[in-house]
Formats: sequence, structure tokens, C-alpha cells
Amino acid sequence: MSRLAYTLAASLLALAAPAAAQDFAITGATLATGDGSDPVPNATVVVRGGRVVAAGLGVAVPAGMQAVDGAGRWVTPGLVAAVTTLGLADVSAVSESNDISAGSSPFSAALDAAPVINPASQHILVHRAAGITRAATRTTPSGSIFGGQGAIIDLGADPNPVMRARAFQTVTLGEAGGRIAGGSRASAHALFRNALREATRLGESARIPGRSSQSRDVDLGDDVPVDSRLLGEDSERPGDVLLTRFDAAALVPVVRGEQPLYVTVERASDIRSTLALKREFPRLDLVLVGASEGWMVARDIAAAGVPVIADGLDDLPQSFEELASTQSNIGRMVAAGVKVAINASAMENPRNLNQYAGNLVALSRVPGASGLSWGQAFAAISSVPAEIIGLRGRAGVLAPGAQGDLVVWDGDPLELGSMPVQVFIDGVEQPLDNHQSRLRDRYRDLDESDRPKAFDW
Amino acid sequence: MKFDLRTAAALAGAALLSACATTGEGSDGTNGAAYDYPDNPFPSTYQRYPGAPTALVGATVYDGAGRRIDNGTVLFADGKVTGVGGADLAIPAGYTRVDGTGKFVTPGVIDIHSHLGDYPTPAVDAHEDGNEATNPTTPEVWAEHSVWPQDPGFTRALANGGVTALQILPGSANLMGGRSATLKNVPSRTVQGMKFPGAPYGFKMACGENPKRVYGGKGRMPSTRMGNFAVNRQTWMDARKYADGDRKERSLAKETLAGVLDGDILVHNHCYRADEMALVLDMAKEMGYKVTAFHHAVEAYKIGDLLRANNVCSAIWADWYGFKMEAYDGIQENAAYLQREGACVVIHSDDANGIQRLNQEAAKAQAAGRRVGIDIPDAEVIGWITLNAAKAMGIADQTGSLESGKMADVVLWNGDPLSVYSRPEKVWIDGALMFDATNPKLRPVSDFELGQPGEGDVK
Repeated sequence: MSRLAYTLAASLLALAAPAAAQDFAITGATLATGDGSDPVPNATVVVRGGRVVAAGLGVAVPAGMQAVDGAGRWVTPGLVAAVTTLGLADVSAVSESNDISAGSSPFSAALDAAPVINPASQHILVHRAAGITRAATRTTPSGSIFGGQGAIIDLGADPNPVMRARAFQTVTLGEAGGRIAGGSRASAHALFRNALREATRLGESARIPGRSSQSRDVDLGDDVPVDSRLLGEDSERPGDVLLTRFDAAALVPVVRGEQPLYVTVERASDIRSTLALKREFPRLDLVLVGASEGWMVARDIAAAGVPVIADGLDDLPQSFEELASTQSNIGRMVAAGVKVAINASAMENPRNLNQYAGNLVALSRVPGASGLSWGQAFAAISSVPAEIIGLRGRAGVLAPGAQGDLVVWDGDPLELGSMPVQVFIDGVEQPLDNHQSRLRDRYRDLDESDRPKAFDW
Repeated sequence: MKFDLRTAAALAGAALLSACATTGEGSDGTNGAAYDYPDNPFPSTYQRYPGAPTALVGATVYDGAGRRIDNGTVLFADGKVTGVGGADLAIPAGYTRVDGTGKFVTPGVIDIHSHLGDYPTPAVDAHEDGNEATNPTTPEVWAEHSVWPQDPGFTRALANGGVTALQILPGSANLMGGRSATLKNVPSRTVQGMKFPGAPYGFKMACGENPKRVYGGKGRMPSTRMGNFAVNRQTWMDARKYADGDRKERSLAKETLAGVLDGDILVHNHCYRADEMALVLDMAKEMGYKVTAFHHAVEAYKIGDLLRANNVCSAIWADWYGFKMEAYDGIQENAAYLQREGACVVIHSDDANGIQRLNQEAAKAQAAGRRVGIDIPDAEVIGWITLNAAKAMGIADQTGSLESGKMADVVLWNGDPLSVYSRPEKVWIDGALMFDATNPKLRPVSDFELGQPGEGDVK
């Protein structure tokens, strides 16, 4: 084998082999751990075997470990985006490429995002380069009030994006839910209750197994949820059912509280009605999404212990269910004791999460407004969404035992235009190239004096 | 690799000003001299509100025209800027001093692309007044006839975005969407009470996917990009015939098109792809009109040289991409690459939320340039959302920069406007204090919001 051929073969092998987690330390950087605390300068993070070993001040770099000088940089956990449609569409307006919703499908709750998530989607590449390392991604309600079962993914450059399939179910109960349900909120509520009752009955008669208690936190790799849709084929069902068997089976873990239910609601009264569902279905594990008027019922939400994935900067009466929206919504809810993450789907792209968090810090300097401290705002795009999607202690924090998801930033990550210079997922350094970066490089100049731009790559 | 952007931008700016200087200067911008063009039947009734002679002292001033003054002084009285300078600028007697120490002053922010009022909130069907999507060419419609002055979005743009003037455009369903309206961002009972005095009209055109999708979907021409051009060209030929005639017969459509051919009405062309923009420029030459600005222009960076040569502005987002096929090649370096070529950059919103953060969008676009070695000074970046927008709207002789004699449209920011942590503290329009974050009563509340949850809340 010639030297050149050998080199080529070796590099091809390197491409084919899964990238290995590196053991490394970053020293001298400004560290934000994601836990709500303020950033600290001149800190150290140690990663070994794909996990964070230590992070903070006065942390010693183990002997022999590669140490990267982080002077002038910021180090944070990877951002956690909830909720998104990452990996489900190439171009949203190109219907052939868009798997986000399925208005003509015979199924609804049974829809499962996991098998159709494309880790090579440009949106995943672009958002990885923006420092987002984990996300909740889901299909959205269209033909039914139920959107289907969302997945928890990582944005790593490998073929396995799904950390946890069927991690949560989604339903919409406000204006949109009412329209989908046939024309009114009353219909949406009737459909919802009927669906949960059909699921309860099916779960019992088909003896669909489940856990006896809630288990929200994901234990990676060893607690893959039961796919309830594939069980109970021989059970009897009454003749007047509305749901397909597949949809009813998909809702069994919801009614049992084994699968969180993300409820999209905005209006204060809709939030109250949603919280009241717990009286009828006590085991529901609710998460509110949207909640533009959440500040008006913040104490009720806090008392119910229901977390919120809230629209960060909505301040317009976009609809009659958002008349009281204000950018101070999240600050007021947090002050009332509600656990709030910034909703990644309520912005142009999830990569604006850090800009939105920065804006909440800005509000703390506006008279009469309610904002967040820097640490709280950063937590609202890291540890808090991680907790809500079942990754407490595993993602969104730099603490011993957490996955080695790190972002090294060129500046304050909440400040405009700050960008990652390095991204690690599970301790593996990630490529940051994508369609946009390639266009950026091609058009650094417009010189075509020798050849057309098409040869510049 | 670094470029002398200051020089390049200055050259482009000079060229643009001369282009703008050819626009009509009638009482409301539509009185051409060469023919008996009808007077504007919906004249502005806006008159400035009272304001105290004010001296902003001690702040960092970005004048909008590329100048930064540390520890600056900005004076205004009777609605006009009366002085801009350093700490040594004398403050005349009778001026109220406002301490700007640690704060920043810019001209009022201007959004060249807004649908406030014609797609207002609440965004219910009954309010959908932005696209007359019944014919691919509707030059006869005027956006001002759709503007609902009670749109709460105007107040958010003022309080959170420091927006003092904006252009309301028809939507992009049609190849020719109609006339735009340029407004002062002042609360008013009527749209006439918001109309920017003396501003020329704009004319909305649209390339690409939207017109062919809307009309192809109805089984009508155009259903292709070539159809788009054919319909446009034939419409211009018919307009030219009218314009070259005696113009005695009234025709709403032809009068507007003739106004464009005369150079009195400025063309704002929604267009994403570089190749299509290049074709439009040739069509404009063929038909004898000028494109003032391409809007959205996500691929403008591919033809910055061509856009500079044609003195066309690009009104763009910082980072929108990929939501439709023709936006697939959007990159964050768009603005910086245009600036590198000396082409005119305007940051626009096209969005009732984005209009509240134009300063932030500009800062993101600036940072993308910095990462590829294109350093654009903060003072020039502020020009993307002030003077450049004013130039492309034909109102740069009145607003868009802090210069003596111009309208006192001024924002006092509580910090660096290119930082995410800053917000407007006070906003003056023609010298009248229209928003004050420190005074809850100095916050406009639209009729729609009275008696509703959140009335008068911080927003």
C-alpha cells in the first residue's frame, strides 16, 4: 500500500469510527454551571469518560490530563431546547420535507417522533453550532388535539439522536385546540376527557403493564419506556369508541402519569381548567406550554407544582387568549415559585434562546418590570428545561456526574452575537460546520476572476 | 482580512443620498411637476406634540450617520434638533437637562418593513388587511387604507424598540402589492394623524415563491417565476403607455405606476434570491424605474457588488433562514458582507415582535461580521436601523440622524443599544416625550386594551 493510500485509508477509518469521548480539562474560563448561580471567573471544568467530573473554582486538573486554556472564554453546559421540531423538517414551507404535523393522518396520540428524526438535518447542525446540545422535539397537533409522542434528543454528530423515545405526549386545549376539536373549547375538553377514559379502560382490559409510580427522570439506556401501542391486541373495546386502538394505547402511560403531558394553553382561565384536570385524573404529570397569561395565575401554578415552558418575550395580544401577555410573565412566575423554562418554539429559531434569556436579564433593569438574574435566566435555557424534560442532573448543568455537554463561548453567552467556539456532547468534540458556514466561507469575497464560485469549496 | 468599511459605507451613502434627492418634494411627496398628478386625497394631519427644550448630557451619542461622541450633548427644542456635540457644547438657557451618564443616545429607530396596522394584533381573520390577494397586480391599493391605528403593536415598538417612524407595506402575495404608508409612531385616532409629513410613497413589489404560489394555486397566471416576470413586464408596458399619454383619465393603478416611473414613488421589492434580484434590476432598467430597496434579500451577500453598483439597499433580517425554499441560503454574515462591498444595509423586522428588537438584530449581524474579520464600528451599525432606513424611505432629510434642523426623534437607552441588556428609557418624537420607562403614565395604551387584562402593564 502506498503511503498516500495508507493515509487515505486511515482517514476514512477515522471518519467511520464513532468519535470517542475525550478526557480533558478547561482552565481559566468564566464558568456558568447552569444551576441558577452567577458566573464565576477563572474556573476549571474536568471531563472524563464522557461525564463531568468537577466544575468550579479551585478544581485541580488531574495529572496527565490534557488542559485547554480557556482564558477569555466562557464555559457553560450545552443549552437545552424545549420544545422544538428539530430534526423533523428541512424547510418548513416545503411540505415534502416537513414531518412536523400530519393533519390528514388517521392517527394522533400514537404518532411517534422518534423514528423520523433526522440527525443530519441542517437545523440540527445549525443549532449544534449555536450551542444547543439537547432538545425535546415533537410533532404538533393538527388533525387532532393530540400532537403525538415527543422524543428527547441530543444534537451530536452521530446516527443516534434519540435519547428517549415517547418521552412525552402533547395536547392543545386553548383556541387552537377548540378549533381542531370541532369548533369550541368545550369540544376540546370533551374530546380530552373521553380520550383519557378510553385509554384508562383499554389499559385495564388489555393489561398494559406500567410502573406503579411516576418516574420522570430519565435513567439513560436502562428505562426505555414501554411502547404501549404494541400491547393489548386482544382486548375487547366497546362499540362507541372515538379513538383508534393505537391512539388509545398511546395515551395509557399519560393517564397513568408515566408519561408527561405537555399542554399548550395561554389564557389564564384555560390554565386554571388545565390544572383542574388533576382532580379528575390525579396521576396526570402536567407541563404547561405557552402560558402567556401565566403571571395572572402564578400562585395556582406554583401550588400545583406544575412546571411551565413559557413563551419568553410575548407581549402582544396576539389572540384573545393572550390579552395580558407581557415580557414580565416569566419573571413574575419565577418570583411566585413556578419552575419556568423559556419555550424554544416561541421564537424565530431555537438558537435565539440565549438572546431571549438575555432580554429577561434586561427587564431586571426596567422600572416596574420583572426579569431574572443572569443565573436564573441562564438556568431557564439549561438546567430548568433539562429538569422538565427528564434530564435533571444529566444535562443543563456542569456538576459531577452530568453528561459531558460543554460549550466554550467567545463571550458572555447571553450577549448578542456570542457564539460557541467549541461544543462537546457526551465528552465528544462536535463539528460545527453546516450549510450556512460553507456559504459563509464561499462568499468571503466575490472574486470570480479565475473560476466561478461553484469551484470554491 | 479587513476592509476600510468607513470609506466604503460613506461612498455608498453619498450615492444613495443623490438617488433619494431625485424623489418628489411635494406637500405629501406625490406632486410630480411634469404632469397634473392628483393631490394626495388623504393628507397627513400629524402635528408635533409639545415638548420642553431638552439637553441630553453625558451620554454616549451615536448620531446615526456614523459618528460616536463620548460624553456627548444633544439639544432639541420646538421639535427640532438644535445642537449635537461634546461636553463643551453650550446649553442655552431654558433647556431641561437630562443626565445621560452611563446611558446612550441614538436617533429614533426606523423600521422600513412593518405590517403593524394592516396585520394588527389580535391577529384574527377580521384584521387580515395586508394582502389584496385577488389579483397578482394591485397597484391601486394603498396600505394606509388598511392601517388600524389602535394596533397595540405600535406601542410595543415604541416602548421596547425605540421606533419613531416606520413604513407599513402591503403583503407579498402580489407581484405588485400597492402603495406603502410611512408613519410617525405616534398614537392617533386616525391614520392620517400618523402619516409622516412629506414622506414619499413607497410601492411594494414581490418576487419569487409567494405570488406564484398564491395565483398558481388559483389556477391563474403567474404560476412560475417566468410567469411572475411576464405579468410584471406587461403591466409596466401598459403603465408606460399611460404615463406617456395625457394622463387625463383617472386610474388608481396607472397613477401609482406612473408615479413609480416618474421616480416619485419608491419601489420596495420583496425578493430573496440573488439571481432573481439581478433579473429584477434588469427589468427595472428595461421599464425605466428604480428599485430603492430589496426586502428580505437573504441572498444579497452573493451580489453585494451588483447591489452597490445599482445603489440599491438591502433591507434584511439578522438571521432568519430556512423557513421557505428561497430562504434556504440565509446566513448571519449577510449584512457584514454587504457592508464589505460598500452596499447599503438596512435591518428590518417584518414582524410585530422583531420590530421591538431591531437594535438587537443589528448587533447580531455586526457580531457575525466580527467573527469573519469584518469589524464594523458600533456607530455605523446604528445607521442600519436609523439613517439607512430613512434614506431608503426618502425621509433622510427630515429624520434618521441627529443633526441640527432635523426632527427631534431621539431615544435615550439605559445602556449600550447593541447590548441585549439595554432598553429604551425615554423616546421623543419631534421633541415630545412619548415614552418614559420611569413614568408608568407615559406609556401609550391603545383603545383595544382599555378595560382588558394587562391594561397599562409593562409590556
